[in-house]
Amino acid sequence: MEFIYYFGDVFTPMSFMLLLGGTIGGLILGATPGLSPTMAVALLIPFTFQLEAAQGLILLGAAYTSTVAGGAVSAILLKIPGAPANIATTLDGHTMAKKGEGARALQLSFLASAVGGIFGVLLLIFLTPVLAQWALAFGPSHLFWLAILGVTVIGTLDSASVVKGLLSGCIGLWLATIGFDDIMGAQRFIFHPALGGGINIIAALIGLFAIPQVLTMFAKGRHNTGAEVIEVQRHSIMAAFKELFSRTRALSIGTLTGSIIGLIPGVGGQIAGLVAYDQAKKFSPEKDKFGTGHSEGVIAAESANNAMVGPSLVPLLTLSIPGSPTAAVLLGGLLIHGIFPGSDLFDNHPDVAWTFINSMLIGQVLMCIFGLYVAGLAARVAQVPQSVMAAIVLALSVFGAYSVQGSMGDVYVMACLGIGMFFLERFGFSAAPLVLGLILGPIAEANFIQGGMIADATVGKASYFMTGGLNLFLIAVVLASIAYSVWMELRSRRYTTKEEAQA
Amino acid sequence: MKRLIAGAAMALTGLTGTAMAEEYPERPIMMMVSYGAGGATDFQARIVTMTSGNEDALGMPIAIINKPGAGGRVGWNWFATQADPDGYTLGAYNVPHFIAQSIKGGVDYSTDSFEPIANWGADPAVFVVGADSEFNSMDDVVAYAKENPGKLTVSGAGLFVGHHIAALQIDKAAGTKMAYIPTKGGGAAAMKAVIAGEVMGGINNLSDAFRAQEAGNVKILGVADLERNTFLPDVPTMMEQGLDVDNSSVNFRGVMVPKGTPPEVIERLAATVPEMFANSRVSKKMEAGGSPMHIMTRDEVIEMWAQRQQTLNELLAGL
Repeated sequence: MEFIYYFGDVFTPMSFMLLLGGTIGGLILGATPGLSPTMAVALLIPFTFQLEAAQGLILLGAAYTSTVAGGAVSAILLKIPGAPANIATTLDGHTMAKKGEGARALQLSFLASAVGGIFGVLLLIFLTPVLAQWALAFGPSHLFWLAILGVTVIGTLDSASVVKGLLSGCIGLWLATIGFDDIMGAQRFIFHPALGGGINIIAALIGLFAIPQVLTMFAKGRHNTGAEVIEVQRHSIMAAFKELFSRTRALSIGTLTGSIIGLIPGVGGQIAGLVAYDQAKKFSPEKDKFGTGHSEGVIAAESANNAMVGPSLVPLLTLSIPGSPTAAVLLGGLLIHGIFPGSDLFDNHPDVAWTFINSMLIGQVLMCIFGLYVAGLAARVAQVPQSVMAAIVLALSVFGAYSVQGSMGDVYVMACLGIGMFFLERFGFSAAPLVLGLILGPIAEANFIQGGMIADATVGKASYFMTGGLNLFLIAVVLASIAYSVWMELRSRRYTTKEEAQA
Repeated sequence: MKRLIAGAAMALTGLTGTAMAEEYPERPIMMMVSYGAGGATDFQARIVTMTSGNEDALGMPIAIINKPGAGGRVGWNWFATQADPDGYTLGAYNVPHFIAQSIKGGVDYSTDSFEPIANWGADPAVFVVGADSEFNSMDDVVAYAKENPGKLTVSGAGLFVGHHIAALQIDKAAGTKMAYIPTKGGGAAAMKAVIAGEVMGGINNLSDAFRAQEAGNVKILGVADLERNTFLPDVPTMMEQGLDVDNSSVNFRGVMVPKGTPPEVIERLAATVPEMFANSRVSKKMEAGGSPMHIMTRDEVIEMWAQRQQTLNELLAGL
């Protein structure tokens, strides 16, 4: 309960100003395509040079929480996921916005973010020592199985056909091999110097999601714009509250999945949203509505990606190991003030540690308030005529891809992937499984190689990967997931043949 | 029209050429770091350049731009082939990383592609084991490695980086064969493997290991440098423990420019930058962050690069 003692520090004028500034700035940065939470935090580090340690961390913590949530804005309104965390949000969120329900989608996403986020930070406050052990429990073999578990999700994710889902997943896995392999240094498929570092995930996201949509808009021409103006429905915040808490299943699945996956160093943030979306879909009685603008999808994805924020800092704060790129940047923010995460932080600088954690808690609430405020206004984006919209999205995409690391190479990669995806979509493939392959490929590969090397030196591959409680548990979940997909596929097939027979 | 543009372009280059000699720098400078934001190199680069806007330094701020990927190869490739040699694009180097990579091939750079300006830091590699490990000295480690050839798993940040080179040197000096496990995700992932007990030991940066030891997670058994380090006065060097391991694996970090940068610009930078590093604000922040400083002038760095080139050529020849 020590944290309550330090709550006062968050509300000193200077700290609160920074918290407000960080939250609002974070929302704007998060809503800008290409500016991932990691980048936003890195951009703010120089400002913290001049501040005291606690104040600097308040700024960084507020920016981290609100950029993750802000990413939902561009994901829902423009179908550009600002970061891997927001991929799942586009699936139902953007469909809702297209139906004129943008305000509802945004309100739900910010409310779900706040619920998930607060739960995550509370976990960080109360269970840190326990969670630290859990984070360490995942070695190379477990991370490998976890990535395979992710691969089993690919087939059922946002795709009419399992085969097409798996195929686009394979394309993603192949794209992930491009570049210098990080472990061995081997060069793979580098046809152009811009590919040396592999395909940048942010540039790929923008290309795969935004560009096909831009091309579709352009393809329609500008003759019939008048006919397509969408009426943006107003939506009261109270109604959003009620809806959120009537969807408790999606909300709790999202929050729990996000918190658990967020803990695992190196994997968490990127796939939390997608895994939560998939789980929510599997447990929902209204499975078929997912992907058609169903609010459960938005709630699960957004509560998961904010729930991951708190737990993702556990390895950093307790063990001094940054578990995610954003945590690595925060580590820099601590070191610059001469504070070492770990026991030093909580024993000798409790004011800094608890003020930082508290500010993330308050930051979630502020983020939610500002998010709800802008939701109504931002939803009007849908009224912009399509031809104008296409130009704006295209400009934002180029800007976003370029700003990732100031390189035109990423813009070319984005354009090529986008054009390729445009044609793939014509054949019924979708972007989400492809991106999942792109994210999971390197995780599975690196951990397999690394685990294999450790196994060869010690107990041998078979017993390294196939024995031990956690390994067996993960393998069981993988098998269950595959069995479930097969069963669903068979059932729907029997269903359709019956219908066809009747017809 | 084309001719007009060409003429204008030539006039412009002429203009900037003369202006540069007179008062460089006249606009903010960019410094490329070939690792991601938040990494040790990025973090230190931001600290040592924070006073560059002062009148007694360059008088212009230095902005850091990250070009991470493939263990630094992406950034250095870009720096060697695409960066403008006009003095407004600086780069951070990591020795022995980029030299070892150029020896192994597949990249567009070597020591001849760059002109060093000054060195700011030296982060030696250290041997770490988990806090509850049975190993208490390098002797224990070597004894185990001799009894169990190929069974002692040791993590490090990747192949052909300082950690790997230190492992090769230990093997060569002790006549052992350890199983070196390169991790993806740099020193942090390698350290996690040690703390979680996935591997029996690890080679890591002194600065990171120092932090982990402060947090009570690891024991540091030896430093791969010529002298003991001020951060760890109680930890003996490898040589003190009878292993012939010199400072080849020490991770030197500093500033360089692309080949072809005008000599007057190099001169100005070489004169100013080491003094900028010596600023007391810089050294205070570096020390607080647990990052060992080691300032070297341009001439000293040229000599150090040449030495590394030679030792690494010999060490990596057999691989």
